[in-house]
Amino acid sequence: MRTHTSALLLFALAIPAHAADIAMEDQSQIRIGTADPASRTYFQPPQESELPDNAFGKLVQEGRAIFVDTKNRAPEYVGNGLACANCHLEQGRKANSAPLWAAYTMYPAYRKKNDKVNTYAERLQGCFQFSMNGKAPEADGPIIAALSAYSYWLATGAPIAQELPGRAYPQVPEPAGGHDLAKGQQVYTAQCAVCHGKNGEGQKSGTDYVFPPLWGADSFNWGAGMHRINTAAAFIKENMPLGKGGSLSDEDAWHVAAFMNSHERPQDPRLIDGSVEKTRDKYHANDGVNLYGETVDGKLLGKGI
Amino acid sequence: MNVSRWPLAGLLLAISVSAQAADPTAVYGKGGANTAAMACVTCHGAEAEGMAAAGFPRLAGLSAVYMQRQLADFASGERANPIMQSIAAALSPEEADAVTTMLANKPRPDVERIGRTAAAQGLGETLALRGAWERNIPECVSCHGPGGVGVGDSFPPLAGQSAQYLSSQLIAWRQGTRKNDPNDLMGHIARGLTEDEIKAVSAYFANLTDTGAGR
Repeated sequence: MRTHTSALLLFALAIPAHAADIAMEDQSQIRIGTADPASRTYFQPPQESELPDNAFGKLVQEGRAIFVDTKNRAPEYVGNGLACANCHLEQGRKANSAPLWAAYTMYPAYRKKNDKVNTYAERLQGCFQFSMNGKAPEADGPIIAALSAYSYWLATGAPIAQELPGRAYPQVPEPAGGHDLAKGQQVYTAQCAVCHGKNGEGQKSGTDYVFPPLWGADSFNWGAGMHRINTAAAFIKENMPLGKGGSLSDEDAWHVAAFMNSHERPQDPRLIDGSVEKTRDKYHANDGVNLYGETVDGKLLGKGI
Repeated sequence: MNVSRWPLAGLLLAISVSAQAADPTAVYGKGGANTAAMACVTCHGAEAEGMAAAGFPRLAGLSAVYMQRQLADFASGERANPIMQSIAAALSPEEADAVTTMLANKPRPDVERIGRTAAAQGLGETLALRGAWERNIPECVSCHGPGGVGVGDSFPPLAGQSAQYLSSQLIAWRQGTRKNDPNDLMGHIARGLTEDEIKAVSAYFANLTDTGAGR
């Protein structure tokens, strides 16, 4: 089901721009291509065994530990059940999975999301506020220091200020007819529910999530990049099901991304005057394809949870 | 929690089920009504701890739903095993439900919950905690949980199983004699592993517990 056709139509009428000009990413500093050829060789981060046994090596390992076990290692800054490594696979090493080695060398950079030049520390803080639905660790505090050291080390030998192949989730074209939530639900049931649960609730072992919750109170909030269907489709196509990246068709990746993002999740912390409508107009109307402030199945999305 | 369910289960059984209700202890210790459903205890041990040397798996503390699915898949051949096929086919559904529920309520192995934050040295530990992503092989613990304790009804515990059992299963996945995983999630991983990796990662999880190592 396509709920925002009219919005797009209005947009198309108001601005005589080609559809491709609609920003699919707020991350305007990233050039995103389609999938790289499989034969491509990517930047290779150093091996863990090469880490020196000194204060630097320990800080890097601390950063790695925060990255894979964020809630336990940085509890005061995490407001949901996610870890950095849920979206940045292989502990932030995997090409086409937003690897840290490709991000670190590209900052400071301007971001439309907050309309300013961001340092790498500020970029990390953004992850905590939105993807982790928490609060920003202090820029000069131990969490950012450890994560920065880990990123810096992963980028050992990488060229500064050069876009490296494999930096983003390769873009997936939107299906000609838009997304179809019913088809997305079918894909979800067949491919995703075994790990993420029938209702996107994830699965725990003891008190810790093993499989991350995809929507609901313990998932990323409406301000996270992953709430965009285009971004989620790109992530899913490349990385899901875990270990079987590339197995879903472009269409199925898009439909299931839309299904995931057609559920309620924590409020966008940038909420303006308590108004979903105002927040949609300012932050979501031209932020790729997303359902914030849209009505799906008679329910307004974006009220938060 | 498990303990407190028993009185209630007993009550329900007494009220609603006739005298033919399956007695899980009898099924486990003596076999099912059909004599082809041989006693579980013979191979899986008095406490369902398994028999490491022979590669018979531990059943104590596994998910009942998981075990019911395995019994169904043994019967259908999705999980090929000549011994278990005839046993699973001969168990009545009531017997299968009763014995798996009883086994699920037995204690799980006590294991340290080692996750991805831990350092990884050697082939087995590296696969378990880091994976081999250049071959799209995720960390074992990313699905089976820290320490391989198992997650939910579809990702069984690895801790508590013997190296013999674990490696025999990886080989079965690889050969396609076991193909009852959702969407080939385990099959594609097993096919990507070398012999040495299978040995090493099986030994890694087996050595997390005393029972798994068969000591």
